Amino acid sequence: MEPFTLIRPRTLDAAQTRALGAPAERVYKAGGIDLLDLLKEGLARPAELIDLRSLGDEHGQAMRALAASDSGWSVGALNTLAAISASALPQAYAALREAAGSAATPSIRNSATLGGNLLQRPRCWYFRHRDLHCLKKGGERCLADGGENKFHAILGGGPCHIVHPSTLAVALVALDAQVEIIGAEGPRRIPVGELFALPRVSPTAENTLGEGEVIRGVTLPAAAAGQRSVYEVAKEKQSFDWPLAEVAVALSVEGGALRTVRVALGHVAPTPWRAVQVEEALTGQAPSAELFARVAALATQGARSLGDNAYKIPLVQGLVRAALHRACDVPVPA
Amino acid sequence: MSERPKLTRRGLLRGFGTATVIAGCAKPTAEGAAGETAQPEDLPADVVAIGPGAAPLSLEINGSVRSLEVAASVTLLAALRDHLDLTGSKEVCDRGACGACMVLVDGVPMNSCMMLAHDLEGRSITTVEGLAIGDTLAPLQSAFIAHDAAQCGFCTSGMLISATALLRTGDSKDRSSIAEGMAGNLCRCGSYHHILAAIEDVAGVQGGA
Repeated sequence: MEPFTLIRPRTLDAAQTRALGAPAERVYKAGGIDLLDLLKEGLARPAELIDLRSLGDEHGQAMRALAASDSGWSVGALNTLAAISASALPQAYAALREAAGSAATPSIRNSATLGGNLLQRPRCWYFRHRDLHCLKKGGERCLADGGENKFHAILGGGPCHIVHPSTLAVALVALDAQVEIIGAEGPRRIPVGELFALPRVSPTAENTLGEGEVIRGVTLPAAAAGQRSVYEVAKEKQSFDWPLAEVAVALSVEGGALRTVRVALGHVAPTPWRAVQVEEALTGQAPSAELFARVAALATQGARSLGDNAYKIPLVQGLVRAALHRACDVPVPA
Repeated sequence: MSERPKLTRRGLLRGFGTATVIAGCAKPTAEGAAGETAQPEDLPADVVAIGPGAAPLSLEINGSVRSLEVAASVTLLAALRDHLDLTGSKEVCDRGACGACMVLVDGVPMNSCMMLAHDLEGRSITTVEGLAIGDTLAPLQSAFIAHDAAQCGFCTSGMLISATALLRTGDSKDRSSIAEGMAGNLCRCGSYHHILAAIEDVAGVQGGA
């Protein structure tokens, strides 16, 4: 790693004052898992790492909190994946606990944080190769297009074909979470889906954070009566592997019919991907194996294989079905 | 050719390690690479800065406090191996993927290659060297020997650390929960069955191999 200075601010205000004006030179750090990876690979060369774990003000407290609030549940950005996985989050939000307990390895989950998970850079092997200059790094074209693209996107339309690496984001989209962001001009709150930007909007950055902005945490809205949520994933390895595809579903059943259905797909597009057509086709219907089999195909409408990743189309459809079966306690047909 | 000097592999590596440490210490004052500023200017009262050059640090390791001076960019693993002569924690992937570098931080297993040494000030660190009491091996270490759980042995210290944490938390009720808890540790020799059997033995799992 290149030399850098470790900055420990006591207050968020001090952290932001330090960060402003030098976006590539001064970067925020929490658990440091993705950041150290980028530093070791020479993909980032900041002069200063500003550690958010040293914050002792009310923002620092909020970033470490995980508790019920007036309007649902708040999960601070410094919570580790292990803490979220083992937390007292109610069953209605189980998709987030399951997602947090599935990412990386048990020991990485002891360091990696919610905020870092949402903001980690993509795992695309062209992006992660220090000698390659691809579209995401400001180059002229996406090297996965016409290259080795087994793990790349089937949705999202390019021109860069990364899949978003955050597993927690998929659960948070299904749970309709809000992200609380603190900037130099005060706090703002956005739906988690709006934290991420497609490459045609922003080819070199995956998120919409402004300069110096910090994610303080996420808020999960009050659960609908009888809400269930689940997370399903397929990986090549069971551990220390990013998903091939993943699905989070949140729904409730009211009077025998599906209500407030949200379905989010992961590792199929450059952002977490909401399957709105699936949600619409399910809403108001009685849960059944036939229904799930029929709507699963809608999840991949518009999907396109880049050559090596056509398998993701049936795979993510299968995960949608598996998630719906488990969320609704409908037995999988033999 | 006359008799070759007696060199052990570890002695040789330690020699290199020392040379690197000396070179590393000389660097910041001699040339002061990209980070340039030895001490950031105009620091407000509510900000502390460490580095980029070597800065003093105290770490509590295996029950004793050790003082050292390392740059802000030195990982805990590098501090242990290159500065404190604790070479039990191994560097293999250096990316948190294999678990060979694992240590306990306040009793919780973590990948020391993915942490900065300065971030561990005030925490209690246990390395594989701290598992035995004097010359008496921990039951888990004895079980690893009894079950022939090491081939090349490079993963062993990380396996022992992970398994120690697993046994303490009690998440070792059966083979599948043990395997899940050990999922961050890779063994390229494929000794998994022997390793799991050794852990089961200590955990007292019914029907263990």
